[in-house]
Amino acid sequence: MSASYAVELKELRKSFGKTEIIRGADLAVAPGERVAIIGPNGAGKSTLFNLISGRFAPTSGQILLNGERVDGMLPYEINRRGLSRSFQITNIFGRLSVFENLRCGLLWSMGYRYAFWKFLASLTDANERAEQLMRMIRLERKRDTLAMNLTYAEQRALEIGITIAGGANVILLDEPTAGMSKTETARFIELIRDVTAGKTLLTVEHDMGVVFGLADKIAVLVYGEVIAFDSPDAVRANARVQEAYLGSVLADAQVAEGTRVHAAHPGHPGH
Amino acid sequence: MDLATPAAAPRSVSHPPARGRLLVWGGYALLLLVAPLVLPSNLERSVLTQIGIGIVACLSYNMLLGQGGMLSFGHAVYTGLGTFVAVHAMLGIADGSFPIPMSLVPLIGGIAGIFFAALFGYVTTKKAGTPFAMITLGIGELVAPMVLIIPEFFGGEGGISVNRTAGPSFLGLTYGPQIQVYYLIALYTFACTVAMFAFTRTPLGRMLNAVRDNPERVEFVGYSTQRVRYLSFIIAGFFAGISGGMYVVHFEIATPDVVGAARSGVYLLFTFLGGATFFFGPIIGAVLMVVGFALFSEVTKAWLLYLGLIFMLMVMYAPGGIASLIMMNARVAAHRKLHRLWGWYALLAATVIVMLAGLAAVIEMVYARQYGAVGETKARYLGMTLETTDVAPWAIAIVVALVGFALFELVRRRFATEWGRIQTEIEATMTSKEPS
Amino acid sequence: MEFFTISMLNGLSYGLLLFMLSSGLTLIFSMMGVLNFAHASFYMLGAYIAYTIARLVGFWPGLIIAPLVVGALGALFERVCLRRVHKFGHVPELLITFGLSFVIFELVVLTWGRIGVEFLPPESLRGSAFTIVNSSVSGLHLVAGAAPAAMCTATDPAVHIACSQFPATRAFMMLITLVMLLFLWLLLTRTRVGLVIQSALTHPEMVEALGHNVPRVFMLVFGAGTALAGLAGVIGGITFVTEPTMALAVGSVIFVVVVVGGMGSLAGAFVASLLIGVLQTFAVGSDASVLSLSRSLNFAVSPSLADFSLFKLTIAQVAPILPYLLLVLILIFRPKGLLGTREG
Repeated sequence: MSASYAVELKELRKSFGKTEIIRGADLAVAPGERVAIIGPNGAGKSTLFNLISGRFAPTSGQILLNGERVDGMLPYEINRRGLSRSFQITNIFGRLSVFENLRCGLLWSMGYRYAFWKFLASLTDANERAEQLMRMIRLERKRDTLAMNLTYAEQRALEIGITIAGGANVILLDEPTAGMSKTETARFIELIRDVTAGKTLLTVEHDMGVVFGLADKIAVLVYGEVIAFDSPDAVRANARVQEAYLGSVLADAQVAEGTRVHAAHPGHPGH
Repeated sequence: MDLATPAAAPRSVSHPPARGRLLVWGGYALLLLVAPLVLPSNLERSVLTQIGIGIVACLSYNMLLGQGGMLSFGHAVYTGLGTFVAVHAMLGIADGSFPIPMSLVPLIGGIAGIFFAALFGYVTTKKAGTPFAMITLGIGELVAPMVLIIPEFFGGEGGISVNRTAGPSFLGLTYGPQIQVYYLIALYTFACTVAMFAFTRTPLGRMLNAVRDNPERVEFVGYSTQRVRYLSFIIAGFFAGISGGMYVVHFEIATPDVVGAARSGVYLLFTFLGGATFFFGPIIGAVLMVVGFALFSEVTKAWLLYLGLIFMLMVMYAPGGIASLIMMNARVAAHRKLHRLWGWYALLAATVIVMLAGLAAVIEMVYARQYGAVGETKARYLGMTLETTDVAPWAIAIVVALVGFALFELVRRRFATEWGRIQTEIEATMTSKEPS
Repeated sequence: MEFFTISMLNGLSYGLLLFMLSSGLTLIFSMMGVLNFAHASFYMLGAYIAYTIARLVGFWPGLIIAPLVVGALGALFERVCLRRVHKFGHVPELLITFGLSFVIFELVVLTWGRIGVEFLPPESLRGSAFTIVNSSVSGLHLVAGAAPAAMCTATDPAVHIACSQFPATRAFMMLITLVMLLFLWLLLTRTRVGLVIQSALTHPEMVEALGHNVPRVFMLVFGAGTALAGLAGVIGGITFVTEPTMALAVGSVIFVVVVVGGMGSLAGAFVASLLIGVLQTFAVGSDASVLSLSRSLNFAVSPSLADFSLFKLTIAQVAPILPYLLLVLILIFRPKGLLGTREG
């Protein structure tokens, strides 16, 4: 295949002091693919996002964005190359309004950089795009509300809004539905589907309903390694995944089942 | 409950109509124009001129503190170096080697401000928060002694004096009369205020706010936090330098203390006191600063102690400064509930006065003992003569202070309850009005 | 040679004093995230309170009581003021300690006057700890206490004798600071309290969840840090001048120590304190300048250039700003500080 992957991880490793969190992760995400990253707690999912987005530098290994190596780059350098991420713990600009938050998210991508000789009010393209984003995340009624005064779900929506504001093609969402109720989650999934249409999406999720509803492919991260990367059904049937998630519970159940069968049919050859 | 919790902050950002904004700016310009006509004595006009100089200095300081979240302990470096470069420019004008109109001297200070802010700012803005503050302190401590070490440029202990009327007059302006100096300063003050306000409405200005609120997130939307801070630092330095240039046009002397830590501390104190969270806060701070040093210091020798105590109380109870107190009450007034607070404010003021009466008596008596003539044991206080060797005046003063404090606490708690009640009512009204 | 030794000892003693101050500052910063701008003000209070106690009762009681009083005041400030401001963030915390330093300065001036007081060391600490006698005839020897005048003057004009004294107050400074720091190290690493403090340094919520009263730990640490500063003040007060500006002089230097050593690193503060102490002490004793250097190299220099301030500037004149030059250099070349781990 001649087209490069949108995001590629090669033998990625990250240690904090003596503890190795990411132990040789490999992943290749094609452009436009929607990948959910799942795994037990402590597997290193957030660390993986932090490495890809530049918050941490890897100890060794490579990270490629659209074929270009970005490991070791600063967050803003990676962002300018078309990758944007959201945060598990809402990370917005508390004292700015919803509209201002979104506008801040897109100023760089619209080329306004460090300009102090233009008025924000005169940047029609930026302002229109911010209005458009507001409608997309359905916060247009809260245009002038200060971000810190929004409800939790609204803040999560704003978080996504800022993430997609710059028009990045690769979006990383870190547990976007964390802390939401069932109805809120359902509405949020729709929102995410709409706003990330046509983009490459990587999300970390714990809610399996979200995962299976949103993702084309699932990557399973266990102890800092990607042990499976396949379609949802294939992953569900994968023995290694089952063992990692279900572990001894399955084994015990199988043993118990085997014992019951054996007791009911003595002499019958066991499995 | 204190007055500074986020719930007390404005629920939404208000967009005053263009007409309202024009009114505010027009009023400001009018005030600047008319003030010296209402206060015609030389002393009064001198104070007004100093207020203008202070406004530009404090506004430039607030670019860093209020808009950028950068606490600087060394802002006087930039105003002061602007002063020194400007004084040399004035010397050049006087002897003809630097033929520019005297009116442009503040701009020369501004250019010096840009230069030094670019020079020192590079190292300073490498860090944020507490390390940033320490670096500004260190650079201030580096520059202040330099001033004494290089007398050729800085004039040593005595500084450099200059005459603003020397040199050719331009458009008939000699800057001999105080009124001419005032209007020059007022013009620069208005222009700088407009410019700094405009900055808050630009991409860089807005990203500076974003850096203040969440420096980490800024990096993830494509901006280099350090670059935003560095560029803003330079722009703040420009206006600081202008203030320094205005200083020397008015005072006609540049002394070593203009770059000192004491002056930096004063900028910090009064900008914070005025209010760092609103654009106009530092303007209030600058007025208090000049009036304080010019007038209060005459009334009592302990005024710096009072200032420090008020500052500490502000940090603890009203970190948004006087501006935030005004705005919070303005919001209450907009909801027509302010009348419920008049009585409480009056009571608060009364108890504070009682408390202060006792406290001030103690302090004044101590000062009299310290600084009075040898053998002098009497203190003059509020028209009374207190014999400091007797126990009675001390005991009475302390009792009065304690009683005042107790009453103050009682009133304050009741006031806080009423305030809280009003806030809840306002929130309820606003939520019911808001479309869900 | 003896100049070198005495200067080295002086530098080390000053460096140790700086460390006693900056260790308290670092502990408070590591633990609570607040850089106590008023730390040097507590140093000053220690000196003045010890002076007053010394006049009433004597120096040695003052040595014990003054730090305790200062520590209590520090704990009180933490309880009443700082605790309120914690939730507003680091900038307000720095602001309130700045305000405190201002208020303490004014109170000191109010109570003891603007000029400074004569805080003399006790009888036993006046004079020299030892003297190094360098005779061109009999070489170097060490004499306990002050060497008698006879030993220091030569009757024979061909013999050169130089006597360098090491003041008893400086020796006392080194002794007390070393004892105190040993005590501190033992406390932190060997006792249960120290263990709680070390854990609260990095995981305050966890420590609180385990049932320890973290706010109280904070108050105790703040009080202990300021008590250390007060103790340093007692010693500094008898060695140097006791005046209202003593806080300003040493205050900025300890901030430089903390940033140069690496914010939050005790070891870094130790290295930086000694480095700056020795550097400044040697610098103050040096009369070298670019002018003297050019003279020794036999460069011809025009009279006007020789008169130019920067050219004839001696190292001794530059000594006060050396710490700040070091600060700028470290920030450019090694922004994390010498042994820093946190970005601060």
